[in-house]
Amino acid sequence: MNRLFDKTFWGLTIGLVGLLVLNFFLEEWMRTIGLQSLSRGCVAIGLLILWRTGLVSFGHALFFGFGAYTVAMMQIIGVNDLFVLLFCGTATAGLLAFVLGFLLRQYRAIFFALLNMAFSMILYGVLAKAEWLGSTDGFGIDQVSFFGMNPADDMYRPILFVCAVLFAYISAVGAHWYLKSTLGMMTMAVRENEIRVEYLGYSAEKAIHIKYVLSGLLAGIGGVIMAVTVGHVDPDSMVYWPVSGDFVFITILSGTGNVGATFIGALVYELLRTYAFEYAPEIWQLILGGSLLLIIMFLPDGLWSIRSELRNRRELREARRDSDNRAAEVKR
Amino acid sequence: MDGLVYSSYLFLVAVGLTVIFGVQKVLNVTHGAFYAFGAYLTAYLIGLWAAAGLPDAGGFLLIFVSAAFLGVVLGVIIERGLLKFLYDRDEHIVVLATFAAFLVLEDVILLIWGTDPYLAFQPMALLGNSEIAGLIFDNYALTMIALTFVVAYILWYGLNRTQFGKILLAVIFDREVSMAMGINVTKVFLITFMIGTFLGALGGAYHAPIISVQPGIGVEVIVLAFAVVVIGGMGSIPGALIGAIIVGVSRAAAVHLFPEVELFVIYAIMALVLILRPEGLFAPIKARKI
Amino acid sequence: MTRVLEVHDLEKNFGGVVAAHNINVTVDIGETIGIIGANGAGKTTFVNMVTGYLKPSGGRIEFMGKSVVGLPPRDVTKLGLCRSFQVPQVFLSESVFDNMLVAYGIAERSGLGLFAPLHTDERAARVDAQLKRYQIDDYREVAASALPQGVRKLLDIAMATVRSPKLVMLDEPTSGISVEEKFGLMDIIMQALREEERRLCSLNTIWKLWNALWIASGHSTRARSFATRRPPRP
Repeated sequence: MNRLFDKTFWGLTIGLVGLLVLNFFLEEWMRTIGLQSLSRGCVAIGLLILWRTGLVSFGHALFFGFGAYTVAMMQIIGVNDLFVLLFCGTATAGLLAFVLGFLLRQYRAIFFALLNMAFSMILYGVLAKAEWLGSTDGFGIDQVSFFGMNPADDMYRPILFVCAVLFAYISAVGAHWYLKSTLGMMTMAVRENEIRVEYLGYSAEKAIHIKYVLSGLLAGIGGVIMAVTVGHVDPDSMVYWPVSGDFVFITILSGTGNVGATFIGALVYELLRTYAFEYAPEIWQLILGGSLLLIIMFLPDGLWSIRSELRNRRELREARRDSDNRAAEVKR
Repeated sequence: MDGLVYSSYLFLVAVGLTVIFGVQKVLNVTHGAFYAFGAYLTAYLIGLWAAAGLPDAGGFLLIFVSAAFLGVVLGVIIERGLLKFLYDRDEHIVVLATFAAFLVLEDVILLIWGTDPYLAFQPMALLGNSEIAGLIFDNYALTMIALTFVVAYILWYGLNRTQFGKILLAVIFDREVSMAMGINVTKVFLITFMIGTFLGALGGAYHAPIISVQPGIGVEVIVLAFAVVVIGGMGSIPGALIGAIIVGVSRAAAVHLFPEVELFVIYAIMALVLILRPEGLFAPIKARKI
Repeated sequence: MTRVLEVHDLEKNFGGVVAAHNINVTVDIGETIGIIGANGAGKTTFVNMVTGYLKPSGGRIEFMGKSVVGLPPRDVTKLGLCRSFQVPQVFLSESVFDNMLVAYGIAERSGLGLFAPLHTDERAARVDAQLKRYQIDDYREVAASALPQGVRKLLDIAMATVRSPKLVMLDEPTSGISVEEKFGLMDIIMQALREEERRLCSLNTIWKLWNALWIASGHSTRARSFATRRPPRP
């Protein structure tokens, strides 16, 4: 099997096809859950890349919100095409990450996390207080067009879903292939031993900068999808610090072993949140917080580790069975 | 002056945060919930007390009793029930765990006290107000500022002059060496956490009469307290004081001069400090290890 | 003929402490220099300064005729001056194979080329050849954290020589190794380096040891000794 087209790639591709097919059968509320999961999943992939580098950001709502607000701003000046909006939202978020990256690549550990948070709160402060930026009310997002075309009302959401799935797929496969490149392996290298990286001839800070920009781009994609899905942007739901916390939650929930797992984690998070809110609105935060605690305590490597856990147990069972058989044969 | 009032309750919350970080190296997001709990419990008790027709002055007693109670109960629950298992994990995980605990406690507050705001203005009304330099101030707010300095002094004294303070400094400096010397680090962690929790709750409790106690105050305060701690120095008590003053005064200034930049200013300072002096304006209590 | 390395009057002060003073070393093509000296004589400081990890307080360092003072380690490495570490600097969580793979990946590409897949068949072949050269191919799949000290050192050195350097500095290659194994280890290292030399036509080695004159005499063409001395009175 070619190393690029490995199990994860095919898994993602099957997921893509599956979702596209499922699209025809989904009810609207399911589609919304799916869209929101795809959106958050993209952001979480960026955080996965950073996590592997040994860095955690408590402020990625910065780029998420930036992408979302770019959509709002562009609609105000009349741009309505989804693909243009996506390009711009992603590009601006990436640009911001590029600029901030020069600063942030010099920090590690808790300082990196807090500096990210500080910047995200700066954006929050600016957005929440500025009237011309919508203040705490934010902006409504109108329906978008697709390559200039406006589909019939009942086709709008399915087509949006198709686009979002494609964006997410490209992001996921791109990230997966990135992680297989030399630069991708440098996530591990920088995390493990920066001195060695320097002495092998590459700048650890430059590596971090590149990953930071990637994470910004991905968060921007997520922001655009969310803005268009929800139809509304405001600082509290997109830039405030618990939003960043939730992204990290998803990263931990999914585990950092596999890019595809991130979408599963995002879906689980989304389902948890939606159902908790619907059936137990007074305690949905409690449920969310409680689940996070459970994951931290009992499944530190996320949901994905369940898979390897099961595989280990199966292998152990088989090994035991083999040795038992062998012992039985010897007796005979 | 507004700024100083703002600073004083921030200091109370932030100092608990900074002490916990200094000793246990934990960035305790749950602290926001301690503040909220302190505010709610106090407001609730004062309400009951007043309804029972008891003298308003008792409100002050209730403030400290609530804070102490929460300090012990919540402190033990969180430290023994959660943090104990996480001390050897990655520091980011610990922060996330405290974030999760924060979410849980926020909802516990909602479950106990519902979503309506509580107003417990009695202690404040009792003290009336006075005129200083032509401006009218609530005496209660003045007492809060005074409380800040009292607490700061007590902490300084406790850290530098008492036996326990010395032990604390040892643990901050090097956990392992302290253990090797026979210090019961587990107990120290627990006591420190309880003190920190008490302070956080006290911040909420004392602030309760001034504000409208409602959902969301914990979320707001914790991120501000983070800013204060970062600015002042993570683990430094004088830093928490200075940080709180900086944050409080800049916010007040912003509100009066450029209301739009109120929040921006605080976090911009936080970012600036992280950029220029990541350790904060004051060196932490520990000595630097090369 | 340019000298490979020329170090004049190298000096390093840390505040009031003089860590290195009046260091003069030259290396010509084909030489193998052993640097010996007691603790505190400034040997590791010397290596750190030449490779760019520390900035010297004074003096000249010229590599292949070019001054390298002030260059960071990654630039010095790219010029062809590599080093190994007293405490092996490897990626502990990864296997020996993956460690080498990353080393080759960084060495062989730059700029946009780094976005290309890391694990290709040709690269894997090169990795395996290098592992064999240093006789650690048996440990191919073992995580670096689980390696015996000697194997880890060999891995460290193997990673250092990936870029076909003109000069290799080995920092205490046998420290932490038992006396019985020291000579064997040096033999493996020197043989591997000589093999690379035959391929590359020019490779120099400097290595610093602690008080191990007998190893130095076995392998080097010259020895330099660093001594501790009291700083000159003001």
